[in-house]
Amino acid sequence: MRLIQFRPEGIYCVPGKFFIDPWLPVDIALITHGHADHARWGMKKYLCHHFTVPILRSRISPDIQVQGISYDENIKVNDVQVSFHPAGHIIGSAQIRLEYKGRIVVISGDYKLQNDGLSTPFDPVKCHEYVSESTFGLPIYQWKSVERQNEELANWVVHNQSYHKTSVFVGYSLGKAQRIMKAVEDTGPLYVHYSIHKLNQAYESVGIKLPKYEVLDFREDVKHVNQGIVIVPPALVDSNAIRKIPNMAYAICSGWMTVRGARRWRSADAGFAISDHADWNDLLTAIKLSEAEKVYVTHGQTAVFSKYLNEIGIASEEVKTEFGEEDDEIVSAKVEGNVV
Amino acid sequence: MRAFAKLVHALDSTNKTNQKLEAVHHFFREAEDKDKLWFLALFSGRRPKRAVSTTLLREWAKEITKIPEWLFLESYSSVGDLGETISLLLPDPKGYMEYSLSEWMDKINQLPFYDEYEKKQFILKVWGSLPHQERFIFNKLLGGSFRLGLSTKGLVNAISSYYNLDASIVSHSIMGEWTVQNSNFEELVHGEYVDSNLSKPYPFCLAYPIENIEETLSDLSKWQIEYKWDGIRGQVIKRNDEIFIWSRGEELITDQFPEIVNEVRKWEGDFVLDGEILAIANGEILNFTALQKRLNRKVLSKKILEEVPVGMYVYDILEHNNKDLRNESMSYRRKMLESYFVNKQLISIKLSTIVKSESLVELSYIRERAREINSEGLMLKHKDSVYHVGRKKGDWWKWKIAPLTIDAVLIYAQKGSGRRSSQYTDYTFAVRDNENLVTIAKAYSGLTDKEIQEVSRFVNKNAVEKFGPVRTVKPELVFEIAFEGIGWSTRHKAGVALRFPRILRWRKDKTVAEIDDLESVKKLIH
Ligand SMILES: [Zn+2]
Ligand SMILES: [Zn+2]
Repeated sequence: MRLIQFRPEGIYCVPGKFFIDPWLPVDIALITHGHADHARWGMKKYLCHHFTVPILRSRISPDIQVQGISYDENIKVNDVQVSFHPAGHIIGSAQIRLEYKGRIVVISGDYKLQNDGLSTPFDPVKCHEYVSESTFGLPIYQWKSVERQNEELANWVVHNQSYHKTSVFVGYSLGKAQRIMKAVEDTGPLYVHYSIHKLNQAYESVGIKLPKYEVLDFREDVKHVNQGIVIVPPALVDSNAIRKIPNMAYAICSGWMTVRGARRWRSADAGFAISDHADWNDLLTAIKLSEAEKVYVTHGQTAVFSKYLNEIGIASEEVKTEFGEEDDEIVSAKVEGNVV
Repeated sequence: MRAFAKLVHALDSTNKTNQKLEAVHHFFREAEDKDKLWFLALFSGRRPKRAVSTTLLREWAKEITKIPEWLFLESYSSVGDLGETISLLLPDPKGYMEYSLSEWMDKINQLPFYDEYEKKQFILKVWGSLPHQERFIFNKLLGGSFRLGLSTKGLVNAISSYYNLDASIVSHSIMGEWTVQNSNFEELVHGEYVDSNLSKPYPFCLAYPIENIEETLSDLSKWQIEYKWDGIRGQVIKRNDEIFIWSRGEELITDQFPEIVNEVRKWEGDFVLDGEILAIANGEILNFTALQKRLNRKVLSKKILEEVPVGMYVYDILEHNNKDLRNESMSYRRKMLESYFVNKQLISIKLSTIVKSESLVELSYIRERAREINSEGLMLKHKDSVYHVGRKKGDWWKWKIAPLTIDAVLIYAQKGSGRRSSQYTDYTFAVRDNENLVTIAKAYSGLTDKEIQEVSRFVNKNAVEKFGPVRTVKPELVFEIAFEGIGWSTRHKAGVALRFPRILRWRKDKTVAEIDDLESVKKLIH
């Protein structure tokens, strides 16, 4: 019997009779992390890491039925041994390990190997089959170190201040926004959009300390943010709300900003290649560390990445999923809900 | 090169004119004279000849990164620029090479004297010693176009505002032939080499599309009206018995049009004329496709010279016996121009005809029929107007005939290069040819960002191939394509070529069954 199957509803664990990150409503859903393309509405029961619980309640609904679990804790679901292991992507993000009759499969969701200082660092898990993303599965994507990235963000803020400008960062509300907050801590007064504040509360509820900030209400006058630091979600790009910010210089933080063309297309004042996904080398490292004999590539550069894996002697197959459709890296204006 | 890299980065990351100006001024304050000259040379298209082929650069990059050819091509098609792709693929540098821009250019100019092994040694050393942004610029300096975020106009404005000079003087001063070796930046921008340089053209005066027709043309007697021609706008210069022809793209194209040169040679005196180079046979102006056969040829055979004779319709005179006439009125310049044509037997050079019309109704009628003589519409120049530098609203207008349009279906999509390299932005369209589809046009622009994303999503879901830059897609999306002209073509499978095709709009209301067929498209040709 195969341990997992790729079904129209999502990734299915056959003996366990549950799904991992399904995109259609099912009975039992194991959730790798709280991003919208992995954690969807309509499941009868959710199982995820403790830190993901408040995110799901905040994102989906406060009255969903959800059970939290710690990293490395073992539980049985219909004879399948299930455990969650740090994926380093955002807080609570996990690689889900399934073991049944000696066969091990790991579904890694989204992950990164760099330690961002907020999420629990990635922990490699050995398995027979590994399910991997490949959002940045091209060798042109090679991240700078986190220290260097943070330094660049802080320098940019200081540079703007010397020109009496307000630094506006565009970053996904869950994960990216909090990283930016950390990076620019102590460089100036910090303001965040309401949707980010909502997720900050989820962070704080599990004991993660974030820098001091003020919530920005775009329905009110926002002149007081002048020369400070503002963080907004991608949905606000090109909106009237953002135009109210005085003396704005705005930066987009996303792995796509590696390429000059992408930076120029969004015509931001600055683009920083900062990502919560693994870059090319780290994707390969994670896969090698898993020692898997078979790798399923779920979203991103699936065709390219799995072809390359096969060429270097790692059996691989691309799988069609609905992950990445509303990818946390997409920088275009998209309605994210709760946008004023 | 840090200062120059900073400048390029700053120009690249904003589209606000003020910030670009600020960045250039900052560079002017800090950079050495020779660096400024190189900056000016590079941004005005005076780059040295490529000394290392792109094939070699690719080979070396693959060798270092150990990635297979197909993966290199995938990366390239996703980035859209070879120099940038290579720089992104290379591992982090180990050291740093500290040279100014002009020192780098000196080194690059030495490359033609190296053998292949020495070239490789040098390039690999540089690649291993520069951080990404500088490495990318170095690759750009090695060859290829160097137009990073600053137009010629922006360049001229930056210089003129920095030195408090008139923009037209600056454009004049930096145009033409000068070399970094023999010039000094300050002297150059202050026009100190102008007189010694016979070839220098003037910046072209351009027109805006007409607005508020009734109001603008309320008094027709104030306007000089001519046909607008679809050829190559050119400037013919005769000074001290030397003749130069410049295109609007600031390219010297004298050698391409011997007919014009020979006839101008017979004229007395010195002058600068502004006109349109066109294919003209037996007094009739030919379709644009004819002129295209004459362009960019290394050798002009007798056969092609006979097949496609070229001439020029002269619009304006800018200089007469070394006197700049640009501040004289249009009517004055026209009179002067007409005097040149008195008692001359001319074959290739013609005076642009004045269109006479009593009323706006009559004029619109003339405009609508312009296509019959292969004209694009009308030009309206105020009789009091001076010859401006570039575009200025109010004095000169173009009143073009409405574009032709067809409905066609999307069959191929390609990722854009540069600015939009993450999206599918380059499209190929087809019309029906009996039971088949036949490619009719390629078009890039015309959609909004949102529509491009929507098309990209469609392409991702409906593509036949998974690798390489071009995707064949299910013929489903219908677009209205506008174009300025159409002519016969043996180079295209459809047998016709469209002039300046562009996407007018996405016809979501139409299906592939409703697109145009080739026969009806051919009927649009005169
Ligand atoms: Zn995610
Ligand atoms: Zn994902």
